[in-house]
Amino acid sequence: MMGTASVLMSEPLLSQAALPGGATAATGAFSLLWLVIALPLLGALILLAGGRRTDAWGHLLATALPIVSFLLGTVMLFAMLGHDDTARTVGQHLYSWIPVAGFNVDVGLVVDPLSVAFVLLITGVGSLIHIYSISYMEHDADRRRFFGYLNLFIASMLLLVLADSYLLLYVGWEGVGLASYLLIGFWNYKPEYATAAKKAFIMNRVGDFGLSVAIMAMFATFGTVSIAGVAAGAPEATKGTLNLIGLLLLLAACGKSAQVPLQAWLGDAMAGPTPVSALIHAATMVTAGVYLIARAHAVFDLAPAAQTAVAIVGAVTLLFGAIVGAAKDDIKKSLAGSTMSQIGYMVLAVGLGPLGYVFAIAHLLTHGFFKANLFLSAGSVMHGMDDEVNMRRYGGLRKAMPLTFIAFIAGYLAILGIPPFAGFFTKDKIIEAAFDKGGAEGWIYGLAALFGAALTAFYMTRIVAMTFFGDKRWADEAHPHESPRLMTVPMLVLAFFSLVGGAMLILGGRFSTWLEPVFGPEPVVTHTIQPVVLTVVTLVAVLASAGLAFRTYAQQAVPATAPAGSFITVAARRDLYGDTVNEAVFMRPGQYLTRFLVFFDNRVIDATVNGLAALIGGLSSRSRRLQTGFARSYALSMFAGATLLIVAVVLVRI
Amino acid sequence: MSPTAYLVVASLLFTLGAAGVLIRRNAIVVFMCVELMLNACNLAFVSFSRLNGSLDGQVMAFFVMVVAAAEVVVGLAIIVSIFRTRRSASVDDANLLKY
Repeated sequence: MMGTASVLMSEPLLSQAALPGGATAATGAFSLLWLVIALPLLGALILLAGGRRTDAWGHLLATALPIVSFLLGTVMLFAMLGHDDTARTVGQHLYSWIPVAGFNVDVGLVVDPLSVAFVLLITGVGSLIHIYSISYMEHDADRRRFFGYLNLFIASMLLLVLADSYLLLYVGWEGVGLASYLLIGFWNYKPEYATAAKKAFIMNRVGDFGLSVAIMAMFATFGTVSIAGVAAGAPEATKGTLNLIGLLLLLAACGKSAQVPLQAWLGDAMAGPTPVSALIHAATMVTAGVYLIARAHAVFDLAPAAQTAVAIVGAVTLLFGAIVGAAKDDIKKSLAGSTMSQIGYMVLAVGLGPLGYVFAIAHLLTHGFFKANLFLSAGSVMHGMDDEVNMRRYGGLRKAMPLTFIAFIAGYLAILGIPPFAGFFTKDKIIEAAFDKGGAEGWIYGLAALFGAALTAFYMTRIVAMTFFGDKRWADEAHPHESPRLMTVPMLVLAFFSLVGGAMLILGGRFSTWLEPVFGPEPVVTHTIQPVVLTVVTLVAVLASAGLAFRTYAQQAVPATAPAGSFITVAARRDLYGDTVNEAVFMRPGQYLTRFLVFFDNRVIDATVNGLAALIGGLSSRSRRLQTGFARSYALSMFAGATLLIVAVVLVRI
Repeated sequence: MSPTAYLVVASLLFTLGAAGVLIRRNAIVVFMCVELMLNACNLAFVSFSRLNGSLDGQVMAFFVMVVAAAEVVVGLAIIVSIFRTRRSASVDDANLLKY
């Protein structure tokens, strides 16, 4: 089957089809691939099982292990650069996991240009955030547990991106979900934080359900769940099946990446400590959905309906998140809206097919840098302001916290897409690719992305203006101060990459060449709008919108309590009624159903059983009275019985 | 030989015994009436045995006597014990074991 499949294979899939046999066995530096995952996992085990004994040095160990993983990843990157394009996919078989006739799943890792990019992002940004957390969590009694969970997260996320089968990917997928739950609810002595953790976990389950059904459908269709096997079998499957698998994978991506309609958990997930928001809910875990769709591109390329659905979800979410982000006064929730919106861009890009895969991943990487940077800077602001998150209580902080201000501005320039900083190369490319999709579809996606860029400029300028400019609206007891080195240095490193990351990846088509073994050669595009014109239009929109926001929030006084606002503002403050919809559609009917079932259980099932028991009980308590204690009455009943028997016998005989 | 006369006597004895068990209150008398019923049965057994010329009925009669003897031993012991504790031999007074 494999042989015929690769003949039928369309061009972009060729490299994937060759994978099971074609993946080079792991030798040299690659033989250490398993260590990349094992090290953070070991760290998590030591810290969580070791208990208080590891309090003194646990955080140092937990920080060192991802750094070693990062170095291993770097070594692999260079080893990969030394190989030809065709030999850049390296597989490592660890052991046979489920050896059943007809269903063989091996635990195997595969590293290719796509996953090595993720490994570097996860361990690189992860290491910086570990360093930052040493200082950020210094006064928390449970810092060791926090680092244990962080290491668990890193290990799970690495497993997710290095898995060679969807089933093993699912293990990592659940692992990051667990780590996310544990970390959102890290301060679970506050009931609302514990609720936020539960909410994230439960909403993610909806998506996980999609992934598990997708895996079952893959096995039913292709007889295998390995990523390469599915890619090889895809051309022979029917459109309907591929669309079904695609839509189920999209459901999974929606849950993990907080896309509409499963978006409501991300805002509440900000209950976790800020480094968690930066690492899990901005830079890495929430982008797993984008990774999943990009990984399964062989399925999506042949399932146009599912692909369109992906693009629509992305376009809707990028506007949704931006509108929510523009109305929130909580700096972290505003950034969460922004994360949702930026991931919307990536999902839109992967929904565009071969046009957008590379830009989606490029934007994912630069977003990982600048959004982690923005969150860490926000954390630094909160650190200096006694954990105040309300931006109406900030103002004029640029003098008090110059380094934080510089880092934040770097992230700000990157996300706005001001040339020559990161977002300009990655986000504007997505807008361009959306227009290049062509037809009415292309115009809708393109205009949505363009409008989203203007909104992005608005809410980001609003955050910067309310936090760093304008009057001081601090609480009386606030004494803002710059954060310690351990926090500012990681921020500044990320700020550096926020500024230059985009140029490093995109200039000269470097990244699309790099990802060619995975996604195939760059397609030839016919531009709907000339890139130069589009760039100018985007820039004008961004600057106009940023200017408007700056005039409103920096040059005019910001009231200490939020004004009533128009109906859009009110809606956006309430997450565009995301929770209301969930409550109306799922929670209330669910409650009514349970109430009905309780009623049915009490009044029908219990009533039947209890009624029967009461009947028998009543009958027996009456017949009990026959037992009088008088021997002669028993003798009489025996006599009567014997007489009856004899009469009966005599009557039958006659 | 006609068994009628024997069977009539046996029936009479059995009826007397049954009536005694149902009517009399004194445990000893009730006990004797039970014996009377058993012996009525024995008489019927022996008559049929004689009539049929086989020994089965006579053997059965011996069994009944043995059982009756054993029963008398246990029964009288219970009656004496009840009489000692309750100063009464009336079967209606021994009515604690009830609902």
